[in-house]
Amino acid sequence: MKICISSTVDSINGLADGRFGRCPFYAIYDDETKEYEFVENEGAKAAQGAGIKAAQIVVDNGVDVVITGNLGPNAIRVLQAGNIKIYKMLGDKVKEQVGYYNEGKLISIDKPGASHMGIGK
Amino acid sequence: MQIAVLSGKGGTGKTTVSTNLAKLINVRYIDCDVEEPNGFIFLKPQDIKSKEVSIPVPYVDEDKCIHCKKCVDICQFNALVHTDRVILFEKLCHGCGACRAVCPTMAIVEKDRPIGKIETGYSDDMECLSGTLNVTEPMAGPIISRLKGMIDDKTTIIDCSPGSSCNVVKPLLGVDYAILVTEPTEFGLHDLKIAVELVRKMKIPFGVIINRMSQEDNATSKYCKDDNINIIGTIPFDRDIAVMYSKGELLINDEKYKKMFTDIMSNIEEAIGCSL
Amino acid sequence: MQLVIISGKGGTGKTTIAASFAYLSENSIKCDCDVDASNLHIVLGGEDIKSEPYIGAKVAHVDGDKCTLCRACEDMCRYDAIKDGVVDELKCEGCAACTVVCDYDAIKMEDEVTGDTIITKTSKGILSRAQMIVGAEGSGKLVTDVRKNALSYGSKDDMYILDGTPGVGCAVMASVTGCDIALIIVEPSQSGLNDFKRVLSVVEFFEIKPLVCINKYDINEEVTKDISAYCEAKNIDLIGKIPFDTTVEKSINELKPIVLYENSMAAKEIKNIWKKLNDYTK
Repeated sequence: MKICISSTVDSINGLADGRFGRCPFYAIYDDETKEYEFVENEGAKAAQGAGIKAAQIVVDNGVDVVITGNLGPNAIRVLQAGNIKIYKMLGDKVKEQVGYYNEGKLISIDKPGASHMGIGK
Repeated sequence: MQIAVLSGKGGTGKTTVSTNLAKLINVRYIDCDVEEPNGFIFLKPQDIKSKEVSIPVPYVDEDKCIHCKKCVDICQFNALVHTDRVILFEKLCHGCGACRAVCPTMAIVEKDRPIGKIETGYSDDMECLSGTLNVTEPMAGPIISRLKGMIDDKTTIIDCSPGSSCNVVKPLLGVDYAILVTEPTEFGLHDLKIAVELVRKMKIPFGVIINRMSQEDNATSKYCKDDNINIIGTIPFDRDIAVMYSKGELLINDEKYKKMFTDIMSNIEEAIGCSL
Repeated sequence: MQLVIISGKGGTGKTTIAASFAYLSENSIKCDCDVDASNLHIVLGGEDIKSEPYIGAKVAHVDGDKCTLCRACEDMCRYDAIKDGVVDELKCEGCAACTVVCDYDAIKMEDEVTGDTIITKTSKGILSRAQMIVGAEGSGKLVTDVRKNALSYGSKDDMYILDGTPGVGCAVMASVTGCDIALIIVEPSQSGLNDFKRVLSVVEFFEIKPLVCINKYDINEEVTKDISAYCEAKNIDLIGKIPFDTTVEKSINELKPIVLYENSMAAKEIKNIWKKLNDYTK
C-alpha cells in the first residue's frame, strides 16, 4: 500500500504542506519497503486545473491513501474516482503522518474545501 | 460596416451610447457583454427567439479506449484526467478538439454542452441580438464568437463588455471602427489609455466619446488632443440622464438628447468617411 | 478574513468604496482583482516594490523552416488563429490542437506572458495587483496569482480587502472563491438590478456570505426600494445606502479616498458601512 503526504520539501524531516493541489512535493510512503519516495508536483505551476493535475500525478504513482490539509472539489473528484482514500493531516510533520494513520487517529475528508484554496487561507 | 463600442472601465456608458445610436439610425444591435447583458432593457425587443449555445466536449467510448492517456497529456487546460477511465472536467474544457484529434483509436466523440444562449428580437423593425452566459460558467468566449458569426454585411453596432481581455478582443475582430466611451475621471482616463492601446494593437480606427463631462477643460480631453485622438462626441454630466437610464429608458426619446446623438452620429460618419 | 467587493455591473463604485475601506483599515492587505483595468493603486498611491511577469497562457508558434503549408493546422484550428502558416496571437487559445495534426513537427507551444503581477507599498499597507497585457487570455488565472501574492504578505488571520471586477465569469469567480464575505455594490437602475441578481448567483454558488450596499441610491428611489425588497425576500443584509455625492468625483480626481472629505455625505455613509462590516468580520 502507498500513502501520499503533501509536503513542503523533498525530505522526510520537513513540514507537511496543507495544500494538496499546490504543494511542491508529494512524499510517497510504501508500506512494503518502508521507504519514502519524493515526487515533484508539476500541477503546482499550472495556471488552471492544478488540483486535477496534482491528483493525476498521485493516481499515476499508484497511491492508495492521501494525507493532506485541504483540497478542492476537482481534486477530490479525481481521487475518489481512483478509489483513493483521503485523510486530514495531524500536526505538520511529514514523518509523523503514517504513524497517525496506522493508529487510526486521522479523520477522513469527504467534502472539498473551496476551490483555489491553495491561494486561499 | 461593424462598429464596436468599448471602454476599458466599466460603467462609462457603452450601453447608453450603443443602444441610443443603434436605435437612432435604425441599425442592428448586438450585445456582446454576455456576462452582464443590458441592451435589451433599453431596446425592449419583441418576438424574442432564444437559441442555446453549446461547446463540443469530449465523450470517451470505453470500449475503444486503450488507456494510452494521450488525450490527458495533450489537454492544455487540465480538463481530462485518467484513473481507471478518462474523466472530463467540463467547465475547464475549451471545446478545442485536440483530444479527439490525438486519440489513436478514435474513441473520442464530441457532445454538445450548453453554456448559454443567444436571443434575437426586433425593436420596431430594428434587429437586436444578445448573448447571455449561464451563471457559474467561466467562459464567455464561445458565445461571443457565435454572436460574431451571425453578423453579415448589414451595419451593426456591437456593445462590448468592460475590460481589455480576450472577451473584448473577440467582439473587436474584424470591426471597421471603434467608439471608446470614457468618463473624465482619473479612473476613466487610466482605463481609456488601456482601451486605446488595445484598438491600436488591433489596428482599428477609433474615436472617443467623453460621457458625464462637466468641464470642457479636463485631463481626458487634453490627453486626446495631445495624442491626436478624435473626440467624436461629449455627453454632459446630467442627473436627468442618470435618472432616465436608471428607468431603462432610451435617451433619444427626449428631443434634447436625440439632437445630441444625431450630432455624435454625424461626427462618426465623418470619421468613417461614409453615411450609415 | 477575506472581503471581496463586487458588483456585476461596471462602474457602480467598487474601487471608490474599496479605497475607502483600505484607508480605514491600515493593517489590512489590499488586493486589486480587476486585472484588466486596475485602479485601486491610483487612489492609494505608494511605490511598486516588486514586479514579475506572469505566464498565463500558451501560444502556438510555427517554424517557417519546417512548415510546408499543408494547412492541416488551419483546418484543425477552431479559433481561426492560423493562416498561411502564421499564428494570430490574439486569436490563439493555446489549445495545441494544431500540434496534433502537424506531420512536420513545425508547431511548438510557447509560454506567453499575459501580464505583470505587482506589489505596491502604500501608506496604508501592502497592495497586490497586476497589469494585464491588453487583449490577453486568462485574466482569471492572473487574478488567482494576484491573490496568492497578497496572501504571501500575511497570514490567514489577517484582513484582506479585495477590489473585484465587473461581470460573472472566470475573473469574478477567481476573485470570490474562498472569500468569507462578498459585499455587492448595487446601482439603483434596471441594469444594475439585473446584473446584481446574476452576480448574486455566483456568490451563492461559491457559498460566500453576501452583503449589499446601494450606491447613489437617490438617483432612483423606486429601484432602490425594489433592491431592498429583493434583499429582504432573500434574507440578505442590506448594510448601507450611499447617497449620490458630487464630492466623490472630486475625490477621485484629487486622488484621495472619499472618506478624507469630512463634509461628504457619501463619506459618512461609507464609514458607517465599514463599522457595520466589522461586526460581520469578528
